[in-house]
Amino acid sequence: MTLAVRARKRLSRHFSLDVAFDVDSGVTIVFGESGSGKTTVLRCVAGLTEPDDGRIAIGDRVLYDAAGGVAVAPAERRVGFVFQHLALFPHLTASRNIAYGLSRLSGEERQARTSAIAASFHIAHLLDRRPAEISGGERQRVGLARALVTDPAILLLDEPLSALDRATQSRIIADLREWNDAHRIPILYVTHSQREAFALGERVLLLREGAIVGDGSPDAVLEAPSHEGVARLAGFENLLDAEVVDRRPDSGVMVARLAGTDVELETPLASAAAGARVRIAVRAGDILVAAERPRGLSARNIIAGRIAALTRQGPTVRLHVDVGGVPIEAHVTPASSELLGLHPSTDVWLVIKTHSCHPVSAV
Amino acid sequence: MDWTAIALSVRLAALVSAILLVVGLPIAYWLTFSSSRWRFVCESIVALPLVLPPTVLGFYVLLALGSRSPIGRAWTALTGRGLAFSFEALVIASILYSLPFAVQPIAAAFAQIDRTLLEASATLGAGRLQTFARVVMPLSIEGLLAGVVLTFAHTIGEFGVVLMVGGNLPGVTRTVSISIYDDVQSFDFASAHETALLLLVVSFAALAVVYGLMRKPWAVAPLS
Repeated sequence: MTLAVRARKRLSRHFSLDVAFDVDSGVTIVFGESGSGKTTVLRCVAGLTEPDDGRIAIGDRVLYDAAGGVAVAPAERRVGFVFQHLALFPHLTASRNIAYGLSRLSGEERQARTSAIAASFHIAHLLDRRPAEISGGERQRVGLARALVTDPAILLLDEPLSALDRATQSRIIADLREWNDAHRIPILYVTHSQREAFALGERVLLLREGAIVGDGSPDAVLEAPSHEGVARLAGFENLLDAEVVDRRPDSGVMVARLAGTDVELETPLASAAAGARVRIAVRAGDILVAAERPRGLSARNIIAGRIAALTRQGPTVRLHVDVGGVPIEAHVTPASSELLGLHPSTDVWLVIKTHSCHPVSAV
Repeated sequence: MDWTAIALSVRLAALVSAILLVVGLPIAYWLTFSSSRWRFVCESIVALPLVLPPTVLGFYVLLALGSRSPIGRAWTALTGRGLAFSFEALVIASILYSLPFAVQPIAAAFAQIDRTLLEASATLGAGRLQTFARVVMPLSIEGLLAGVVLTFAHTIGEFGVVLMVGGNLPGVTRTVSISIYDDVQSFDFASAHETALLLLVVSFAALAVVYGLMRKPWAVAPLS
């Protein structure tokens, strides 16, 4: 089954959505900053927002066609929707919430399907409680179960896990993966968390200002970001201003000098010409820290700096290293920090592999 | 105490409350959920009895129901009786006069409902009527009760409109408030006192019920 979406929608004078994509069965992540139009895409598919133009179809079942004057009512679309704030019915128990979409079935079958889905989402013990009486993670499971029990043709999830702690997220993701493996319908999953994107996504659609600017595997789209905004979203702590000083197409690399310093970084070759300004995105966790100048390493970038500040946050020690006036953030474990005797104003060397430096265009 | 007047007032108020519950629901629904640009006109008309002197409303209703009006003539042709100065005329006038007291609490309750609940209902396959019955109504039950109670209390206590449209016929159109007025006019203060006190207590009890209901027992705690 394929979901084919073509939609244009003008939402304000400054913002229009204009997207076209096909998705097959499996989880497709719709990734983007807030305000990029992610939710609007889902609402158009569900029929809660009518596009100005376009065509939306599941297989050969047309849900919306501006040219043909077709706009199927949301209730007739067989689209499962899990809302960001869940929208559980506060006056109904969990079991009645789940059974809400099954009113056409006999009482017996309704009961059977509610019990089955409750079991697979581990909420069988709280079916008699109202939403106000259960935890956030449990509500999330009820919301998922309510949408899935109706056997929808496609499933739309709008940041369903954003309010939960990581452990709960992981458990729900595991349940959702299991359900997906068993049912294989197209699932559009909106998020701005790269963790969720990597954990669930077989494909990522990257949305930016109402347009799709990236489409591919999570690795391709999020690990090697082509835009600065994406890099920030994808958790790159360091975005360094630099100027391309040399290109070596033979070895597939280029050299960029950090702005205001004579520190040079070797990066993978990008389309930027010599002399062009670029930004280099580096994850803090991809930087090795050495107390002495290391020798005999394959890594090409070994740069000297001095620790300006050092903060511990759970299992991570964040080092703010001053490299010729440019602040660079690096993460180490508390044990390494202790072993190396790291303190403010300690001199250190930062080791960064060429392929951990991602040149991005500063859009 | 004028028990005939009290019985009449209670009958009138009960009838008007029941009718306004049925009539008020669709009006309140439309006022809350319509995106029509003319909504403000309807809102203004519904709220008009709040600011209009009862005599003005009563005067126009009297004209509309009188023996020379099309409505009055149709009524006479149908029943053989005149419509003005009848119990039926009181009912019609009271419905108009109490309309905002029924519609506004219901509309306020509808407006408090999270719209995404209605969208969730739609994506789960429920049509508008089903959503109304299964989500909108249960979540605005306090508003509905408030509307009924306020309508009842307001109708019990009305004076000006009744006097204009119904006159003062014992057992037909003489309501509690008119009975009090009559008692005072004839210097029967003791009788006026009794009826007035009863009205005061009933009104207070009605408001206490309304305000006591203004809470949501199943409010959702914020996601932790």
